[in-house]
Amino acid sequence: MSTAVRRRVSPRQAQALVSVLLWAMMATTVLVLAFIIVFVLQRGLPHVTWEFLSQPPRASGREGGVWPIIVGTLAVTLFAVAIATPLGLGTAIYLTEFTRENRFTRMVRFGADSLAGVPSIIFGLFGFVFFVITLGFGWSILAGGLTLAFMVLPTVIRTSEEAIKAVPAGYREVALTLGATKWQSIVKVVLPSALPGIVTGVILGMGRSISETAAVIFTAGSSLSQVVPTSLFDGTRTLSVHFYQLAREGISAEKAYASAAVLVLSILVINVSAYTLMNRFIRRYR
Amino acid sequence: MLLAFSSITILALITLFIFREGAPLMARVGLGNFFSTEWRPGEGLFGISLMIVGSTVVTFGALVLGVPFGLACAIVLAEMAPDRARTLLKPVIEILAGIPSVVYGFIGIVVLLPWIRSNLGGPGASALAASLILGIMVLPTIIGISIDALQAVPNSYREASLAMGATRWQTIRRVVLPAARSGLVAAIILGMGRAVGETMAVIMVAGNSVQMPRSPLDPVRTLTANIALEMGYAAGDHQAALFATGIVLFAIIMALNTVANLARGRRVKRATAPAAGAEDLQAARDDAPQGESPPGAPGVTGTQRP
Repeated sequence: MSTAVRRRVSPRQAQALVSVLLWAMMATTVLVLAFIIVFVLQRGLPHVTWEFLSQPPRASGREGGVWPIIVGTLAVTLFAVAIATPLGLGTAIYLTEFTRENRFTRMVRFGADSLAGVPSIIFGLFGFVFFVITLGFGWSILAGGLTLAFMVLPTVIRTSEEAIKAVPAGYREVALTLGATKWQSIVKVVLPSALPGIVTGVILGMGRSISETAAVIFTAGSSLSQVVPTSLFDGTRTLSVHFYQLAREGISAEKAYASAAVLVLSILVINVSAYTLMNRFIRRYR
Repeated sequence: MLLAFSSITILALITLFIFREGAPLMARVGLGNFFSTEWRPGEGLFGISLMIVGSTVVTFGALVLGVPFGLACAIVLAEMAPDRARTLLKPVIEILAGIPSVVYGFIGIVVLLPWIRSNLGGPGASALAASLILGIMVLPTIIGISIDALQAVPNSYREASLAMGATRWQTIRRVVLPAARSGLVAAIILGMGRAVGETMAVIMVAGNSVQMPRSPLDPVRTLTANIALEMGYAAGDHQAALFATGIVLFAIIMALNTVANLARGRRVKRATAPAAGAEDLQAARDDAPQGESPPGAPGVTGTQRP
């Protein structure tokens, strides 16, 4: 190529130069992340007191705490994964154990991939018109949870599929040669071996649910309640919605930082535990 | 296994309901009105052109920042970093993906906006601020998929190039990157989809006024912001117009997804072509009678990993 003629930097120098540049960019990315986390925790954690965690909010969040909001967030999140797990696991089992690649699996994969790309605000719109209005659930834990279940489904499918694929073929073959039916070998051998990987998917789904705002604000509602929700038909404000209102309306910087710290801390715990679990699981089969 | 069709069913339901709410309005007011630049819902003017402009501007702004940094991180992680550094750095990127978008928006409000106001002027909340925040938010998407694409390039390519005396960077630039091109394109397109669809963080930093941005420091309103801001109080035609905005957004996202899938599909097909025999073996195993198969018969495969 003609570029060789007018090259002034030797390949070795170019290599060194590019290495420095790329590593610097990598370092910048990591620093930005570290900055975000440290910034939020440093300013928020001092305000995360027992009172903040255990009291209901007062004066539209300016005072008091977030106890009913934490309960509501947990309820919506747990409900979401309770729905998404069987659906996602079923899909994963079907994709890995019952078919080889054909038009249907391609369609299922296309569905899951597309769903993963759908923005959360679209889920919010859909949940609002389908669950809140058409099915008449109102702004409720039920509507919010179902909307989130649909949203985290692709995460659960993908992680479960990876986990099931990682189980060595030998396990299945031993079960089959011992006279187990295909279903028995799946339930008694494959799924237990894949369990840590599947749990990882569920944990990641919980993480996405907790951090989601746009999809729940129109389905679980945003009204601030003094009392802990007691039924699936109660509306609730989730922690990220609460944080959004505090930050955007400028209600209370102190409470906003505190909520942010609780959010970020729980996300950190969730992601780190999911990651360690998956890592340990993968190492077992390699 | 009807469960397997849940995701495609959900996708169909979403399409159906969004269109059912929004399409009649689009038909009634006409596309001329709908794609005009006048958004005055009170007077029956539902033009969303300026929101399309807003979304386009912040998305490309995000890519200007996100693509170079995303590709750099992917190259470092997949090609250059020693194993120890990789196991340390990869979770960091995944945590970046897990941080709630409201937290990014909040950081934007308390750190970025004051900085822009005092150093660059303008109101702070602007297309620039939204682009910067989105540029960070698309990183995990771009990095994750790029790493997959780079790792799918067979090692023999690298070995051949290194054996011919190329340096590591020459190998990456002339051999690995071209071989992974379609996967990298998919990564960028999916990152684009992420930027177009992001809502909360953008609302918090973009300023949201419906206007034509004349400089990066002007506020803009995106399609997503339009929906989320007014959904709380809209009713009747106004609400239908927000769903119609949703249709446009949904169509853009599906188009991006499809293009990305095609790009990725091409790579998968190429990468697996020589291994077609393996699939037949898998098929043979699946078709083997299960109850009384002779020992050893299902044992023909060692081909679990794609």
